[in-house]
Amino acid sequence: MPEVRFLRKWVDDPNQIKIETAMQRGYYNAARKAVLEMPADAVIDLVKGAGLRGRGGAGAPTGMKWGFMPKEPTDARPNYLICNADESEPGTYNNHELMLQDPHLLIEGMIISAYALRVKKMFIYIRGEMVLCAKVLSDAIAEAYAKGFLGENIFGSKFSTDLILHRGAGAYICGEETALMDSLEGLRGHPRSKPPFPAVQGLYGMPTTINNVETLCNLPFLVNEGVEWFRSMGTEKSTGTKIVSVSGHVNKPANYEITMGTPIEELIYDIAGGIPNGRDLKAAIPGGASMPMLPKEILLKTNFDFESLQAAGSAVGSGGFMVFDDSTDIVQVCEVIAQFYKNESCGKCVPCRIGTDFIHKIIGRITHGQGRPEDINLIRGMCINLAGERMMDSRSFCALGDAAAWPIIWGGLKHFENEFQYWIDNKKSPVGQPVGYPAAL
Amino acid sequence: MSRYPVSRSALGAALYIAQEECGGWVPHEAIYDIAEVMNMEPADVQSMMSFYVMYNKAPTGKYLIEICQNVSCALLGARRLIETVEHKCGIHPGETSEDGLFTLKAVECSAACGSAPAVQVNGLFYDKLTPEQLEALIEKCRAEGGPKENLYNAAYAPDVAARNGKG
Repeated sequence: MPEVRFLRKWVDDPNQIKIETAMQRGYYNAARKAVLEMPADAVIDLVKGAGLRGRGGAGAPTGMKWGFMPKEPTDARPNYLICNADESEPGTYNNHELMLQDPHLLIEGMIISAYALRVKKMFIYIRGEMVLCAKVLSDAIAEAYAKGFLGENIFGSKFSTDLILHRGAGAYICGEETALMDSLEGLRGHPRSKPPFPAVQGLYGMPTTINNVETLCNLPFLVNEGVEWFRSMGTEKSTGTKIVSVSGHVNKPANYEITMGTPIEELIYDIAGGIPNGRDLKAAIPGGASMPMLPKEILLKTNFDFESLQAAGSAVGSGGFMVFDDSTDIVQVCEVIAQFYKNESCGKCVPCRIGTDFIHKIIGRITHGQGRPEDINLIRGMCINLAGERMMDSRSFCALGDAAAWPIIWGGLKHFENEFQYWIDNKKSPVGQPVGYPAAL
Repeated sequence: MSRYPVSRSALGAALYIAQEECGGWVPHEAIYDIAEVMNMEPADVQSMMSFYVMYNKAPTGKYLIEICQNVSCALLGARRLIETVEHKCGIHPGETSEDGLFTLKAVECSAACGSAPAVQVNGLFYDKLTPEQLEALIEKCRAEGGPKENLYNAAYAPDVAARNGKG
């Protein structure tokens, strides 16, 4: 299955950020159709029927999430919609590209969602680092207001909705939906306990739905083309397309939109151009740094969709596909990942605050040639303290703790324990990388 | 403040405005000013500011160089770029050069992994930089005053094609 172009159809055209250009290409027709011709519940049924699953990481069915929202919100207890544009999962840059090159697709998707969920105020929580993106989006929002697609009585209907762009300020944890809401309320971005789920008690204590950028961008296509078309792509339980951000050791690192179920072998060798410098594939992380890496043998017989990757012991996650060639030292990769989670742990709960630091210190000691024989068991124990003995058996407050442990215990240690052992026994890298900080990594 | 259902939500934006007006960081006095305008305790403002890395707690140089140190960039030589700046400007990550021109930050994934190693100077992306190109960029900043607004578009537009494997 080759690369497809629906969400990414116009991202190469610099003029696409202008509303006139976008409208010439049929943008906002779907929103108009939904608002003027469809009952709100019909839009929700469309999403349920299509089997659209969240593209942000967890892969929860979007229709189910929407179904929990109150059908008749009041002024005292309004519904809110938040677009989670806090894309900070290492290896992922598809939301970034969509918002930067095609902001009107997201705005249209949000109008449709707001209509379906009876939302009068919606927010885009955009990552603070994406300055240029925020500028493009705020210009696009102003254009949409000027055309009457946002604000009072949109498309001449009785439906009114406002869109507010909110910039984060640099915290990975704010991609976690409850921490995002705290951050949007002007607090430190600490996660909240679930339940109550956001659909019951979310932003300002009101019912809230939080969807990823790519999820919302699927909405205009769903309204225009319908359920059958959407289900014709992908597999039974993973419908539609997914934008995969391929990076690392490939000839053509870029975002590629593929139908769910595309073989990973095809993604790496055909679509992304294969491994450069005549080297061989060693491993890859399929869904952003939080997800366990898979070695070559497993990758080559796995397809890219929710079920196949789960069966293989990893996940679609955010679609950040990082490829490692055979010169890569997996222990050093684990060190970089551990360092990231140490830096980004919010500090709310002890297992994560202390655990991430210890994991990083122990792996760092190994890659500095000071590993001790007991270190592998020590790392494993630390990871179990964070994320439990099985996947989805979390012991930390939020998913960041799982995300910190999974790539180490279910990725690096599971498939490449021999490399950890080699480092500890020989005080040097099994693939000849220098000792110390991963300088030439 | 009136855009939000609850005014405290505007605190993040207020800190950005303060940072811009104070030349790239949030001094102690600004925290009191914000607290007064927003009818909050200074400690609340401080607690918000101290959590987020993008509010600078100390003066920054004229050019903020941010280099991604995460996996994809590390694989493709980000460390060498950090060493280049360390060597060229005499600063380590988190420090500002004595002449007040450069601040170096080693940041986490800046969502530009397709053009790794990702480097941002004052918010502008520079794609697939080699150490030599980064050296030249630093020299250019010193000699001609470097990027502020004008490179915003130039830095992004050409790479659209490259990013999609055509360039």
